[in-house]
Amino acid sequence: MEAAFLTFVFVLSIFLGFELISKVPSSLHTPLMSGSNAISGITLIGAVASVREGNTTVAIVLGVLAVALATVNVVGGYAVTNRMLRMFKKKDKREAE
Amino acid sequence: MNIDLLVNLAYVVSAALFIFGLKMLSSPATARKGNLVSAAGMLLAVVVTLLNSDLDYRWIALGVAIGAAIGLTAAYRVEMTSMPEMVALFNGFGGIASLLLAWAEYHQTMNLTAFIAFVAFLSAFIGGVTFSGSMVAFGKLAEIIPSRAVVFNGQRIVNGLILLTAVCAGIAFSIDSASGYPIFLFIVAVALVFGVTSVIPIGGADMPVVISLLNSYSGIAVCAAGFVIHNNILIVAGALVGASGIILTRIMCRSMNRSLANVLFSGFGAKVQKAGDGPQGEVRPATAEDVYYILEAAGSVAFVPGYGLAVAQAQHVVRELGDLLEANGAEVMYAIHPVAGRMPGHMNVLLAEANVPYDQLVEMDDINSKMDAIDAAVVIGANDVVNPAALNDPGSPIYGMPIIEAHRARTVIVLKRSMSAGFAGIQNALFFGNNTRMYFGDAKASIQALVAEFKHADS
Repeated sequence: MEAAFLTFVFVLSIFLGFELISKVPSSLHTPLMSGSNAISGITLIGAVASVREGNTTVAIVLGVLAVALATVNVVGGYAVTNRMLRMFKKKDKREAE
Repeated sequence: MNIDLLVNLAYVVSAALFIFGLKMLSSPATARKGNLVSAAGMLLAVVVTLLNSDLDYRWIALGVAIGAAIGLTAAYRVEMTSMPEMVALFNGFGGIASLLLAWAEYHQTMNLTAFIAFVAFLSAFIGGVTFSGSMVAFGKLAEIIPSRAVVFNGQRIVNGLILLTAVCAGIAFSIDSASGYPIFLFIVAVALVFGVTSVIPIGGADMPVVISLLNSYSGIAVCAAGFVIHNNILIVAGALVGASGIILTRIMCRSMNRSLANVLFSGFGAKVQKAGDGPQGEVRPATAEDVYYILEAAGSVAFVPGYGLAVAQAQHVVRELGDLLEANGAEVMYAIHPVAGRMPGHMNVLLAEANVPYDQLVEMDDINSKMDAIDAAVVIGANDVVNPAALNDPGSPIYGMPIIEAHRARTVIVLKRSMSAGFAGIQNALFFGNNTRMYFGDAKASIQALVAEFKHADS
């Protein structure tokens, strides 16, 4: 039953994703890609939850690696997207700087 | 109140923030705020996850510290021209995190139900392919490995067999996960190999498609990981990313008028047309001074940038020239082809870095409708995306691809290093047109020379 519920969430999210993303203009496709890439780093929370007390050494190594790599994805992804988007300016604003 | 309920309610808020963030990306004016909203959603999700009991905080802190240090350093050091490599690299890290998560979960609880075992297989396999595929894409984009398509006989059969092996191993693993540890390791190995063999036959200029596709893989891997640990937020976030990658892939393929299968399997660009094939004619070279007189007299100028602009790092001098032309009374536009560069929207980011206002950037369809009225089209490091063969030569490999119709402008100025063919390996009739002047040299140095001519004329 739980599997069916998760699938339900999955299918609805796919439709939502198509609706949202098809409205993004092509000029913003690079930030869209790096920003959505950062969202895919959400595995981080799964990785964090997997590092429990009393884990075997192998599980700890795997968990810490997953946490570190997912953090690179999340932190790096949002930071680089922010850096890019800061540069997108309209004409009148450019003169002001 | 029960902690578990609190955590799950916070996840709902996070999902809403991701959705708002993506919605705000639909306009350049709100995009930056949107990214911050999305980041806030991520922070909330991570913080509430820390409320779970029994977590080993020392190890978590270590992982987060290492990851954040690497991520921040990379994000603030990277040149805008290297953005495609950076995205490929981050994407790969996301993929391998999904693989490792599935592995860690399986290592703790060996006895999985068939359904969970199957999604664990998907998470590990897709995550592994995303990782090694992204690393190959990274290598090609950074030119650490040859960026052309690497093809050999029977490549498709080999890839088909690898994929079939993986699916069989996945089914065997799902049936009996309790004693399936060796199979799991085998799946991981096959995934890593398959990522390499499936991306290596794809050439440099098709990278926009590959990066988009790998982006969607990473999302799907996250979804599968969400099924493994029964977590809605992973499924929602993964599905959003997966959808975004699929849409970008479709847009890129449509902009090249090729099917996804053709991009992935054809080894496009591996063959180069022999000298002597294709259009021939007289080339009219121009000096900086000639080009200066053309531009000085032009009432409207459209720049058409391509990957060559990124290679030469010429975005800043182009903007300087654009400003001088505007001061001279000309209308200045930048015409952007959807697949110009090495990732979707690559040119927009470079020009934004050089402070070109985004209202001067014109999309392909809009510029084509007024191309006849444009006095000078300046093609900088673009080739296939302005090749008229796409419109009028049914025998050409790029026939049917929508192009920026620069040849219809009153004068075309093409900045190019040499007469070599473009990525598709075909000669370009544009270079031999009656209204075309070829301005040879490094794009940056050439434009600097033009800027100098304008400044000299002023003083």
